[in-house]
Amino acid sequence: MIFPGIRDIAAALDRGDYSVRELTEQCLSDARTANERLNCLITIADERALAQADAIDRARARGDTGTLAGVPLVHKDIYCTEGLPTTCASRMLANFTAPYSATVVERLDAAGMVTFAKANLDEFAMGSSNENSHFGAVANPWDTDRVPGGSSGGSAASVAAGLTPVATGTDTGGSIRQPASFCGISGIKPTYGRVSRYGMIAFASSLDQGGVLARDVEDLALVLGAMAGYDERDSTSSSHDDAWLEGVSHTGVGMPDRSLTIGLPLEYFEHHTGSVALVDAAKATLEAAGARFVDVSLPNTAAAIPAYYIIAGAEASTNLSRYDGVRFGYRCENTDSIEELYERSRSEAFGAEVKRRILTGTYALSVGYYDAYYLKAQKIRRLIQNDFLRAFESVDLLLTPTTPGVAFRRGELTGDPVAMYQQDVYTTPASLAGLPAMSLPCGMHERLPVGMQLIGPHFAERALLQAGALYQRETDWHSLTPDIGEHPSADSPVQKEES
Amino acid sequence: MNDWEPAIGLEVHVQLATHSKIFSGTSTAFGAAPNTQANAVDLGLPGVLPVLNEAAVRMAVTFGLAIGAEVNRRSVFDRKNYFYPDLPKGYQISQFEHPIVGPGHLRITMEDGSARDIGITRAHLEEDAGKSVHDAIPGMTGVDLNRTGTPLLEVVSDPDLRTAEEAGAYFRTLHALVKALRICDGDLSQGSMRCDANVSVRKTGDEKLGERTEIKNINSFRFVELAVRHEIGRQIDILEAGGAIERETRQFDADEGVTRPMRTKEYSEDYRYFPDPDLLPVEVTDELIDSIRASMPELPEVRAGRYRDELALSAYDAGRLAADPDVADYFDAVYAVCGEAKLSANWILGELAASLNRDTLSIEDSPVPASQLGLLISRVADDTLSNSAASTVFATLWSAGEGDVDEIIAAQGLRQMNDSSALEQVVAEVLTNHPEQAAQFRDGKEKILGFLVGQVMKATQGKANPRQVNELLREALK
Repeated sequence: MIFPGIRDIAAALDRGDYSVRELTEQCLSDARTANERLNCLITIADERALAQADAIDRARARGDTGTLAGVPLVHKDIYCTEGLPTTCASRMLANFTAPYSATVVERLDAAGMVTFAKANLDEFAMGSSNENSHFGAVANPWDTDRVPGGSSGGSAASVAAGLTPVATGTDTGGSIRQPASFCGISGIKPTYGRVSRYGMIAFASSLDQGGVLARDVEDLALVLGAMAGYDERDSTSSSHDDAWLEGVSHTGVGMPDRSLTIGLPLEYFEHHTGSVALVDAAKATLEAAGARFVDVSLPNTAAAIPAYYIIAGAEASTNLSRYDGVRFGYRCENTDSIEELYERSRSEAFGAEVKRRILTGTYALSVGYYDAYYLKAQKIRRLIQNDFLRAFESVDLLLTPTTPGVAFRRGELTGDPVAMYQQDVYTTPASLAGLPAMSLPCGMHERLPVGMQLIGPHFAERALLQAGALYQRETDWHSLTPDIGEHPSADSPVQKEES
Repeated sequence: MNDWEPAIGLEVHVQLATHSKIFSGTSTAFGAAPNTQANAVDLGLPGVLPVLNEAAVRMAVTFGLAIGAEVNRRSVFDRKNYFYPDLPKGYQISQFEHPIVGPGHLRITMEDGSARDIGITRAHLEEDAGKSVHDAIPGMTGVDLNRTGTPLLEVVSDPDLRTAEEAGAYFRTLHALVKALRICDGDLSQGSMRCDANVSVRKTGDEKLGERTEIKNINSFRFVELAVRHEIGRQIDILEAGGAIERETRQFDADEGVTRPMRTKEYSEDYRYFPDPDLLPVEVTDELIDSIRASMPELPEVRAGRYRDELALSAYDAGRLAADPDVADYFDAVYAVCGEAKLSANWILGELAASLNRDTLSIEDSPVPASQLGLLISRVADDTLSNSAASTVFATLWSAGEGDVDEIIAAQGLRQMNDSSALEQVVAEVLTNHPEQAAQFRDGKEKILGFLVGQVMKATQGKANPRQVNELLREALK
């Protein structure tokens, strides 16, 4: 089943073309079939989904619902969902069910969205290929031998394969944008602090930000509008109001209200890969639509990857200390001492990449190395932020490739962590600066999707989304869908889109 | 022994009297069943986040202002990383490089009246850990996380203290201060204040401090003195024998009165401190400081000074009253009724304190309210009651838990005989009945007067005013 936009689903539900229950049942059955090939879902939540669907059907009958009511949703399995397992794709949490829901989950529940599954990811969101999962690698729907990107690979693959119109993700150094790019869909990482981190399992607290993956910008905005906003349970969530974002379900995204000046950072175009040519084409499209382009420089870009991996590793190394086998999660058997309990529980339950990051992060925070690594990385972070602030004095937005290349083959980079980390070269700078950034499909290279990245100033989600809407008005790359073989929904109640 | 100079610094963990924990909304009440006062945040479950309790910040600022310290307008919470079963997150949230309270000082007064300012290096906010329970389940260690996240203010002194007595005085003074500020309940038996003592000795005149040891978790005023005294002696013995002090953590064995090694504190113990990315820096505004300053209670030192200077109380009485704000408030209320400072102090520190102690009551729960004690003291001062009759009235009030002084005096006929003509008659009768003793007194045997006074008191069933009886007897025997 290939979904039309959220507004079309809402209209179909309003017309009574199908009920929320029928829609949900279809999603559940498609998900089960497709998951055998893609492995994009960890939990398929029939009971919770159908109960929610019935409740929304009743509410709809009373006319007591908004645009998102009844719309199917997949949560990345990093968001705590009361009553459902929340595994973070780790053996450590394979048996964990949170007694609370993340703020994001609560808000989207309240908006009436029907969560029918939880998506696979790289363990604790650490990875760029979704190969680091206790539940196995996820396949890219465009080519099942290739990776979907990571860490929100399951979310991206689910949207790309048409299992859901929208999925939540989290982005620490590119974990929404890079898989969106690899899977040919749209994905937004909002400004740091825009979306509450409460109940979102922490990887690197100063970088983690919840966001959305969907087919187009309009759907990103609708869901982001419902999940964003200040949360008293997260001290780092921002009280910066955005009336536009809150009202976007009524107003729609719309078009930019003036002609945009967009910067092209030289440092992002140094490597001439297939994606650069497509970003050039996107530039031409936007120029034709009235945007003005200027070259800018972000001179500290090359330092972003090392700074990012030090800061993220440092924070992760202590965020993951709570997984000690004492109170919840995995506990090894037959231990003689508390030290052995710690050592073996953590050794047996964490995957290789998680261990690598804990070790490097611990090293970076240790006495004697702290100044040389962690403090230095924080200084670089400040320089990178300043680069962006300076650029935004003269431009509204920045346009860059999202990734250096298209989706790579499974196993291609697993032996070379540094090459794997280089996948994040264009996405980590905006993360370090806490800026909103979005990846949109901008073409195909060797029959694989290519994404472009728009980066905005802090809290400029409106400018970002409206620029994206403008681009998607002029193009239809976001409408392309992969051929996922035997179509599971021949007699779907949902209207099928020609692809 | 005179060649050695001890240098002692105390680190005191003051448990702040907030209603809820420092980073979660859970109650901080003491004594609940294990793990019933620990929510998802306290348990360190995945995805939960700390949110700072503003009340803890206010209390820390209050303390900073009271010790004349610089309150840092921006302080930072750090993570102190180590693994321990009762530390759920694998790190403790504390303040390392940027504490909320900077350098200040605390004035201690010794029993001989000498006073000295002790430097306070810093005071910082942090969360308490849980408790490992070793005896509840045979062969296993239990973990009780009720205490997890209780707000602590760690007050670190400079190594300014020179004797065990000074260390004790410092701990007592700090205790009086935090109680007066209403930021800690001061209940040492429940661990509301726990003290670590860093002790070193050096050759008198040396600039550099000697190697130190740390005595952990001392929880009474007396034990601080005993532990420090023993440790000073132990170190001097080692140094005099040509040995060297090993840097280590020790604990005080109260039964034996000695300190013993606990575990070696390695030089390079690495807690990997770094700023907690889940919490924003704490900003203390001028408005907050002004509002706290405006509602600052009277400090014990100031209060004691007022009692000495304005009420002419002895330094000892003034200090004892002012050391506990509840006692001092009670005293103020009694004094307001009777206007008798010295008598009020005597009653409160004497009979009332003894009765409270006997029945293990705190002064807020005294069965005799300040208004009645004030009235009772007035009745002593105006000679309505003798001291022994007053004790009777007090005992009646205490056991009844209610009642009125004047009604009890009337009901039990305790009014002192102040009518001198009636008393003169009794005196005359006693002298007539005891001519021998009267003669002895006239011959210069002063002591016999006591016997005669006793006879008058007996004849009046204790209602006579002994002072008056004395005077009348002397007059009659002239």
